[in-house]
This record gives sequence, structure tokens and C-alpha cells, in this order.
Amino acid sequence: MILDAKIPEGPLEQKWTSFKNNTKLINPANKRKFKVIVVGSGLAGSSAAATLAELGYQVECFCFHDSPRRAHSIAAQGGINAAKNYQNDGDSVWRLFYDTIKGGDFRAREANVYRLAEVSANIIDQCVSQGVPFAREYGGELANRSFGGAQVSRTFYARGQTGQQLLLGAYSSLSREIGLGRVTMHEHAEMLDLVLVDGHAKGIVTRNLITGEITSHAADTVLLCTGGYGNVFYLSTNARGCNVTATWRAYKRGAAFANPCYTQIHPTCIPVSGDYQSKLTLMSESLRNDGRVWVPRKAGDNRPPQDIPEEERDYFLERKYPSYGNLAPRDISSRSAKEACDEGRGVGPGGRGVYLDFSDAIKRLGAKVIEERYGNLFEMYGNITGESAYERPMRIYPAVHYTMGGLWVDYNLMSTIPGLHVLGEANFSDHGANRLGASALMQGLADGYFVIPNTLGEYLSTQFGKRPSTDHPEFRKTEQEVRDRVNRLLSINGTVPVDEFHRQLGLIMWNKCGMARDEKGLKEAISEIRALRERFWKEVCVPGNGEDINQSLERAGRVADFLEFGELMCVDALTREESCGGHFRTEHQTADGEALRHDDKYASVFAWMFKGEGNDPELVREELKYEAVHLATRSYK
Amino acid sequence: MNFHLRIWRQASGSREGRFEEISARDIPAEASFLEMLDIVNNRLTTERKDPVAFESDCREGICGTCSMVINGVPQGPGRGAACQVYMRSFAEGETITVEPFRAKAFPIHKDLVVNRTAYDRIQRAGGFITEHTGGAPDASAILVPKAVADKAMDAAACIGCGACAAACPNSSAMLFVGAKVTHLNLLPQGKPEAKKRARAMVRAMDAEGFGNCSNYYACEAVCPAGVKADVISMLNREYVRAEVSEAVGAID
Repeated sequence: MILDAKIPEGPLEQKWTSFKNNTKLINPANKRKFKVIVVGSGLAGSSAAATLAELGYQVECFCFHDSPRRAHSIAAQGGINAAKNYQNDGDSVWRLFYDTIKGGDFRAREANVYRLAEVSANIIDQCVSQGVPFAREYGGELANRSFGGAQVSRTFYARGQTGQQLLLGAYSSLSREIGLGRVTMHEHAEMLDLVLVDGHAKGIVTRNLITGEITSHAADTVLLCTGGYGNVFYLSTNARGCNVTATWRAYKRGAAFANPCYTQIHPTCIPVSGDYQSKLTLMSESLRNDGRVWVPRKAGDNRPPQDIPEEERDYFLERKYPSYGNLAPRDISSRSAKEACDEGRGVGPGGRGVYLDFSDAIKRLGAKVIEERYGNLFEMYGNITGESAYERPMRIYPAVHYTMGGLWVDYNLMSTIPGLHVLGEANFSDHGANRLGASALMQGLADGYFVIPNTLGEYLSTQFGKRPSTDHPEFRKTEQEVRDRVNRLLSINGTVPVDEFHRQLGLIMWNKCGMARDEKGLKEAISEIRALRERFWKEVCVPGNGEDINQSLERAGRVADFLEFGELMCVDALTREESCGGHFRTEHQTADGEALRHDDKYASVFAWMFKGEGNDPELVREELKYEAVHLATRSYK
Repeated sequence: MNFHLRIWRQASGSREGRFEEISARDIPAEASFLEMLDIVNNRLTTERKDPVAFESDCREGICGTCSMVINGVPQGPGRGAACQVYMRSFAEGETITVEPFRAKAFPIHKDLVVNRTAYDRIQRAGGFITEHTGGAPDASAILVPKAVADKAMDAAACIGCGACAAACPNSSAMLFVGAKVTHLNLLPQGKPEAKKRARAMVRAMDAEGFGNCSNYYACEAVCPAGVKADVISMLNREYVRAEVSEAVGAID
């Protein structure tokens, strides 16, 4: 198979414009004839569903929550980037593009990233018009803050709840369309499989989480906006429900999965405190604007932080990366924290933590300003740890936060299955091997509001009158497979709760496919995951039946998919014999411990194709062609 | 730590419910309330008993999925949602009562899981600004005073969890509706539809069977997002203006 990214011809700055000038349009009367399924109601899903409905398509939107407003985009704290240059500090579309490419360690597709930077400004306009209450200056202008990996202030924010406000903006547009009858909303509906008719994605099979009913839904095209797979690590900053099932089912039906090993470990999370823990809590990266990261110089220094004199502290990010300091990108900051702890200089219980200290900022600005900027985060920290960050430094440690990998898509956001489009975190396209802060919200909304409404016509214009009915044998067959799988999970009758398998998988992934990876560990991980998967299908206990709310059953289905997916992640990490961004192979590092890329061999996307149960997946590469930027060694020093 | 739970069990909306006594043993003090329930559920599972159904997702207080009443308080003691309650705030051996939100407009699905789509339907009636994607003017074209933006943000912080209606003796949803109307009607972008919005959302709220506000302010006391009851005053004002305006046939 050859991957055709369908990148438009012409210079980088002209590609999107020229695409829009030449793409196939669908006239308003015909839009009404097409039905679009949108799976997921986060930033990408809600914005796509609302915008496509506005354009006249018949939209059916599905989410597993009780309301589309609860999708995990809601939890994003810090902000959204846009090349507005309201601060007059030298920002431009080019700079946002370049920062994103560089931040991604030169492993993202140029044309997609440039388009993202181009539409970023429209997103802010759109959101302000919807009533998103972004932070303002006293004069009424929009306020900005800086984020990691950039030397300009281009991040727009709504206190520490930017994701919430952007999602509620998209949700309000979606609500309007639902109220007008232009979107049919299916809540509590979990997608359990994709239906292909003649090789095209033409529908999905869902299970209603309240009634247990399994149903088929047909459409002309399917949009997966189902988020990332960070919960393969069990402990992550993701919500409990986040899962890989929709994208994994699509993979098993023929969609290539790209760069699964690219995962982002966020540097500023509250450290793990015990094995009962169900999730990790992020402390927004925006805190690094004013907080200084440090550990004691000496290993095993157990004195309370206030007793450690200035000269015995190591502000390791400022020392190692003087020009970016505490705002070094996430992958670099996380790895530095891990190294400090590996050297025995970590703080707090178990020694897996570093300080994030606000005392200088409080001295400089006063506690009131700090409270205004970060009040809710300080409160959250105090609530979880019982400590006040106004009085003593926060303790932080990296945690899994975001996944850059995802289903492979071309420039039109279509996967290798015709008719299956993938948006937001669920696709792989824009962040390369590491995502910069405040860029996830930007990408989710760019895909939903501005990209897919323009690119969908490329596919739909070839599909007049081809929508099958759910009576088609392929629907019946897929539906039966879903039922069989549910029944199989219910009939295992083992003794081990689902969570136990998930926790064990998470430990394997974190220890062997986490912040640092090597060949030996990855090979061990693969065999351990296989053994764990085998045990799962013999010993898992899923009580109850499939006919009403059964949360064990929901989780069992998701964990079963994670147990398959984790192996692919390790295979990908093993095959990529270099370090780049969030993927750090200890065999490949520079003398001073930085990631060492091998551009001659690996400046490419690894897309994996499913080749049947028990067979190795097939690796297909998309070579990344850099026409506008020069591949450079990333330096934040 | 060890606790005695008195927890509401109900197989479905059409069946009768009851309290069940369940013990929670060997719970770390650092665990959150929901992690305590996870531990209990995993034990029930290995004993082949039906685990307690409850909803949660982000577990950091922002998604609003949590919906339970802990010791008589919707979303539990302290500020924040039920997921932000930690076991160290309870006494060793304490009896803790856990039940679902109780409001006519929030029918029970199972155990602690209730149906809150009534809030979504109210939102659909008018909780939006009509705005065509792609047609927006530059974001800085309309200046918004900081005080207005801050006030709108205070209201917009609502997580839509339903605790306000669950706490209210009248099961009123006016804190929820007031928050949305305040957020959108304060902003210049929301002015064109301000009256229509207030009218439509209040009518939808009534149609769902929520009661009226009679100034108990239990809603404000339990709101995990800190939304203040002054949004109800704002709602009343906007609503009266909208109704009068309609009654006299004024242009909205």
C-alpha cells in the first residue's frame, strides 16, 4: 500500500488557499441529501457537527457521556494558541507554524501544520463571537500569556478553564443545531465498531450504555472525533472514560494507525501517591510562566524546601536551557525532571517529584496577582495534597497527558478507509513527535470548524446515492460480531476485576514504553502484554448482564482493546530506532543526553496496517518532505 | 481507614430503591471519595455482587459528570464536585450516606446514576449565540470591559452537574439557567438574542418540571463551580423584560 497524503501543489503559503479554490463543492440542495455520522462531542466533534449541520448536512452525533458537554476537552486548562500578534511581539503565521514543526521535533507534515497556523486566527474570532469569555485587559482587549516552546505571547485563555469555555462554546452551537432538528444527538451511545460497505466507511454499531441495546447507524461518511489513547497507561491526566476503542476498531477494519509510540508526558502533574489512585491531575503548564522548577543539588537532601538555601538548589531547566528556562517544551522538561529524580534528587514521598516554586513570583507580583492568575489551580492542588502552594513550593512530576499518534489521515483528514475521516487528537497529523502547550485546543477546533467543512466535499462529491440501509448484510454481520464480543466478555466468569488488568497494563507501559524506552524493555513489554491479554480473556470478572447499565462491561471492552493496542505501541517504539520528541530511546542520545534523531532513516510517518489476528502488522511509511523548513537539531538552550 | 456506607441501590427507574449497608475497609486517607467507591466496587465484583453504579469522568471537578448526594449534600462536603472529596475529611468509622440526586426532572437510571438531559434540552432552547462559522468579525473588533468579561466568566464556570436543582427544596434549575443567561446576556455578542434567550430558556425549564426559586440559596451553597445566586436576580430581570417586551409587542 502507498500512502498518498494528497498535499496540494504550490508553495506552502498558497496550498490551503489553492485547495479551497479548487476543491469540489456540494450545492446546498445536495448537502441535505448526505448524512454524516460524527463520533465524539469534544472540541473536534462538537465543532464539526455544528458546522456541518449549519451547512445543511444531516448530522448524527454520538457520545458515550450523558451529555455532549462532558467530553474530555472540557478539562483542558491553559489556553489556545493563535497567530494574532495582538501583542506586537513579532508573531506571525509563519512563526506559529515553525514553532509547531520544531516543537514536534520535525516529525509532522508541513502542509497540515501550516494550514493549522493559518486558521488559528479564525478560531479566536469564531469563539469570541460565540460568547467565549476569554481573559481581557482593562481596556477591553484580549489578554495573552506565553506557553512552552514559544518566545511570543500568543496563548488566549479563560482563567484556568480554557478547554471548558471553548467546549461550551462549541456545545452551545451544537445545542442550537440539535434544537433546530439539524443534528440528531445520541447520548450514552458508545461506538463499538465501524461498518464498511464495498470498502467504504458507511456506518457504525453502537451500544446504548443505559439500555444495553446494540444498534446500527448508516451514513454517507463517518467522522471519528474520539480523542487520544493516553489511558493505555491506566494512570494519566485523561478522564476515566477516554479510550482507544473507536480508533482501534477502525484500525482492525483497515485504517492505518500512525506513530502510536508518540505520547506526551506532561511535566507538571501532581505526583502519584498510591496504587489505589484512579487518575493523575494536571497542573496547567501556564504555571511555568511564574513558577520556577528546582530540586536540591545534593542527592538525598530531605530538608524542607524553605530550609534549603538558594545556592544549594538546582533550577535545572534554567541551568540547562537558559533561553527558554522554565518554558522549555514538555518532552524536554519531563525528561529533565525524571533525570533529576533518577539521580536521587527527587522530593516528596517516594522521591518522584520536583518543586515548582512561586515564592519569587509572589515577591515580585504579590499573592493577589498570583491568585488571580492561578487561583483555581492552587485551590485544586491544596485540595488534593492538603498543602498550600502559596506557602511552600508545589510538588510536581510528569504524567501521561496527550497522544500525538492516531489514525493516519491525508490532507483532507481522510484515513486509509475511504469515507472515514478522523479529527482532533484521534488523528496523527499536526503535532509530530511532541505537541506544544495550547495547541491541542487549536487543532481540535481547526479540524472541526474550518478544515473538515472544506475538505469533506472531496469525498462526498463521489458518493451520490450510495448510502446503504442498515438492512445491508454488512451491518447485520458487524452487529452480530459486536454482540458476540459483548457476550464473550460476560461469559468469562473469572475472578479478577477489570481495573486490575488495566492497572497492570499501565505499569508495563509506564515502565517500559514511557519517558525513556530501550530495545530490551520494549521486547519484554510486548511479551508481558501478550501474557496479560491471555490472562484477561480467561480470568476477568464481568458481573451482570448486557441489558442495562453495566460499567464493568463498558470498561472490560475498553481494556480489551488497550491490551491489543499497547502491543502495537511497543512495536512502533521498537521499530523507530531514534529519539524524537516524546519518543526517547536511550540508545539514541547525544553526549549531553538530548534526543538524537536520525533524519536520513526516520523522517517519516510510521503507519501500521492490521493484517489479521495473530499476524504482525504491516509497516507503511509516509516520507515527510520538508520544502519550506530546514531540518535542524532542536535547541532550547 | 474504615467506613460504613449507607448507599442507595435501585436496579432501574421503574423498580423500588432502598438503602444498603456496605462496609468500606482499608481505605487510604489520601484516596478520593470516588476512589473509595472504586475499591468497594472491586471488592463487590470479586465477591460476585453487583457493583454500585455511579457516574464520573474527569475526576478533577470540571466535567460535571458526578452526581451524588453525600451525607445529605449534593456533590458532598466542601467546595467542588464529588470527585474532589477526599477521605481524610471523614472520621474513622464514620457512617456515610450516599444517594442519587433527587429531583422530579432527574429520573433515576440505576443506583446513583440519574438522567440529566433536561439541562441539555433547556440549553437547546436558547443557551447559545447564533453565529455562523466563518462569518465572525475580528476578535478584537468589539472591546469587552474586563469587569464584564470577568462577570460573564464567573457565570460561565457552571459545570452543568445539576447539584443546584438537587439541593433546592423546589427542585429549581434557576441557578443553572441564570448562569447561562447571565454569561451570554452580559456580553455584547449575546445582546441581539438576549430577550429571546431568557424567555425560551425559562419556558423550557418550566416545561421540564423544575420549580421556581423561593430564595433558599441552597443552590449557591452546594454549587461546585462557585456560581453565585445573583445570577438568579439577573435571570429574573432579563426574563421580566423579555415577557413585558413580548406582551407589548416590542421588537426584540
